[in-house]
Amino acid sequence: MATIDYGEKIPNNVNLADDRALARALEHWQPNYLAWWGEMGPEGTQALDVYLRTAVSVDPSGWAHFDYVKMPDYRWGIFLAPQVADRRIHFGEHLGEPAWQDVPGEHRANLRRIIVTQGDTEPASVEQQRHLGLTCPSLYDLRNLFQVNVEEGRHLWAMVYLLHRHFGRDGREEADALLDRRSGDRDNPRILGAFNEKTPDWLAFFMFTYFTDRDGKFQLCALAESGFDPLARTTKFMLTEEAHHMFVGESGIARILQRTAEVMNELRTDDPARLRAAGVVDLPAIQRYLNFHYSVTIDLFGADQSSNAAIFYGAGLKGRFEESKRSDDHRLQGATYPVLGIEGGKLVEREAPMLNALNEVLRDDFIRDSVAGIGRWNRVLEKAGVDFRLTVPHKAFNRKIGTFASTRVSPDGRVLSEAEWAGREREWLPTPEDRAFVASLMGRVVEPGKFANWIAPPPMGINKQPIDFEYVRFA
Amino acid sequence: MNVDVLRQHLIDPEICIRCNTCEETCPVDAITHDSRNYVVDPAICNACNACISPCPTGAIDNWRQVVRAGAYSIEAQLGWDALPAQEEIATDDSIDVPADVARLTAEASSGQGGAAPAPWSAAQPAVNLHTIARPAVATVTGNHPLTGEGATSDIRHIVLDFGATAFPVLEGQTIGVVPPGTDTQGRPHYVRLYSVASPREGERPGYNNVALTVKRVTEDHAGNPIRGVASNYLCDLAKGDAVNVIGPFGASFLMPNHPGSSLLMICTGTGSAPMRAMTERRRRRIAQKEGGELMLFFGARSPEELPYFGPLMKLSRDFIDINLAFSRVPGRPKQYVQDLIRERADDVARLLRNDDCYVYVCGLRSMEEGVTEALRDLCRGRALDWDAILPRLRAAGRYHLETY
Repeated sequence: MATIDYGEKIPNNVNLADDRALARALEHWQPNYLAWWGEMGPEGTQALDVYLRTAVSVDPSGWAHFDYVKMPDYRWGIFLAPQVADRRIHFGEHLGEPAWQDVPGEHRANLRRIIVTQGDTEPASVEQQRHLGLTCPSLYDLRNLFQVNVEEGRHLWAMVYLLHRHFGRDGREEADALLDRRSGDRDNPRILGAFNEKTPDWLAFFMFTYFTDRDGKFQLCALAESGFDPLARTTKFMLTEEAHHMFVGESGIARILQRTAEVMNELRTDDPARLRAAGVVDLPAIQRYLNFHYSVTIDLFGADQSSNAAIFYGAGLKGRFEESKRSDDHRLQGATYPVLGIEGGKLVEREAPMLNALNEVLRDDFIRDSVAGIGRWNRVLEKAGVDFRLTVPHKAFNRKIGTFASTRVSPDGRVLSEAEWAGREREWLPTPEDRAFVASLMGRVVEPGKFANWIAPPPMGINKQPIDFEYVRFA
Repeated sequence: MNVDVLRQHLIDPEICIRCNTCEETCPVDAITHDSRNYVVDPAICNACNACISPCPTGAIDNWRQVVRAGAYSIEAQLGWDALPAQEEIATDDSIDVPADVARLTAEASSGQGGAAPAPWSAAQPAVNLHTIARPAVATVTGNHPLTGEGATSDIRHIVLDFGATAFPVLEGQTIGVVPPGTDTQGRPHYVRLYSVASPREGERPGYNNVALTVKRVTEDHAGNPIRGVASNYLCDLAKGDAVNVIGPFGASFLMPNHPGSSLLMICTGTGSAPMRAMTERRRRRIAQKEGGELMLFFGARSPEELPYFGPLMKLSRDFIDINLAFSRVPGRPKQYVQDLIRERADDVARLLRNDDCYVYVCGLRSMEEGVTEALRDLCRGRALDWDAILPRLRAAGRYHLETY
């Protein structure tokens, strides 16, 4: 059933009406969700009419339904990708067995943990971004921010549905806890580190959507391979929405680079002080933001050697990125994978059992994907005749999780003493001055078709609308 | 010689973010990628458009008209930093494209400011397969009067069979007829264009034939007596006669094919030909239950002069919403299509708001202004702005006007 029932209190394509107990439980959770959105969702936006995309069905033709919506009235719901008949588990110890439609008892705790961890990131990012609307560089960008926000909200719904439907009382308690934790809260923080960091400005927001939402893409891709079919179908549909988030990040940074390059050419300078005086972000500062968001995000993949990762894979709960496109035996017993370690003050590669190194495998897939996009950013600079090139720092740079958590490593991969690090940290990570300068640029631009000075307009509008379209209407 | 023109699907490498959504979505695996670009294989893509709306960037929605043999290969696309510009399609045959055809086509669509893009789900039209130098020779297999006793005009339903000659047409396309002989100055006659009145699989399904709706021209627009060369030639044809036909022409005034798409058709007289073709196409597919609405505004002087009046009356109200306007019925006030459009303003506005509704206007040039005014008025009463909507409809291939 691909059509979504919008007549229901909770739009869904999972026949919620046939399961009254489940429907009641979710209807009980719904007002708490709306209260959370009211308290922690985008600030001061309840009355705005926003030109948003709402899925009206999960097949390709139902995708681009655009209309003005007040965000609290957004039709958050539960949508699963169509079921594949006779789907089989295609990796791990259960390879070849029919995919599970219900949670196998022995994997219950692990699956719940996976779903809760994924689910926790969704409201977290909404909380992190809740003040950004007040400093948007254009109506176009404001609309994109809100689209990201409502879809993160919907992803929370997706995970909460699984918790309610498959995990009984434990699941309901976890679903409530997802609304209780707060990003950055000292006493009750979000589960993962990167989701407790601030997203204080739009440069950080674009970096976040580029890197951290890309982590989301890779996690969702790995879960879309799961032997637990409802999880696979849920995450598969979420992936299509996630693509928009990465688009916001990638195009956002590209437009900032384009604007900076324009001003560099106008003024014939690469002097950060002069560029800042002209009201654009200098390229070294952009590189430092990149270093920060990249390193914080690759921590999200977990420790480089992890027995949990091996268990999740062996049990068929979480596959690799594009598992079904890989040509090995999909069991990985005896396979190895190179992971980095430290030996005699130097970084060295060692072979580790691949099952234990699956976090590293996913991290490396993420890195390849990230680097490709940075290549496209560099093309913007190249086209503008600017020599500067952005790069990703070394994988061991600024890590807080795994082998390098207590080691200082430079962006080019040299192990440093604490003193060396302290002497050069300002070159590599955003300084308080950088952040204060970027913050100083954040004025609010809401006139249709106008853009803040520090960012170029996009090449095209949303849903073929013109760039000066009124993407958000203020009452 | 044939010019096989392909509407090639391309992805803009400057806008694409490589999210893989399109490749994942494509039902026929036409999309692939390397470390640089996502690209579409022209040999596989069937323009089903399943990838268009899931794309978060809009990069996916790019099309270039190319000669099929010269389509951009996957290898070429993988090397791009930016999309190429639309090239002029220059072929040896282009010198054969009759200047008359270009002029007539331009005139017919001038009311909407030139040809609009075809609906996204339109089938790929074949164009200009047969030229003046190498026309297709069709055989007349039927010539039936459509106008009743006592009508003041003679309108004919003419069926042409192409035998073993390929002459693929789509609803809304036109074909050209070159009357034999020369004019009084000894020059060959001009080409005349006629919209096909039959759907793509033939007037009779499975036959290689097309139907035309031809009115015998006996006076000009001002009412002065003249004898239309081509129309009289066609209306006088007998079964078995051979006719030189060129074309098909037209890649714009085409019908959408996606399930759920609706048609709003406004026509007068023989402007009904493309509407009949589209309606017949839909009628033959009723069993597919593809959804969508058909709404027709059709004007003529009287029921006797309204082509296809009888068959139209047999169509179910569930299938098509028919509104007929007659301007010369004794004892009744003159009624024009624009009057009915105003009467049905709520339903027309609803269709204009529906992204899946496509609007077709065809008939005498004199109807254009009245129809436009009616649409503008009904918009004004409903917080819509016709002058703002029109460019959007046109850009989306949702508004097609052909007048003569």
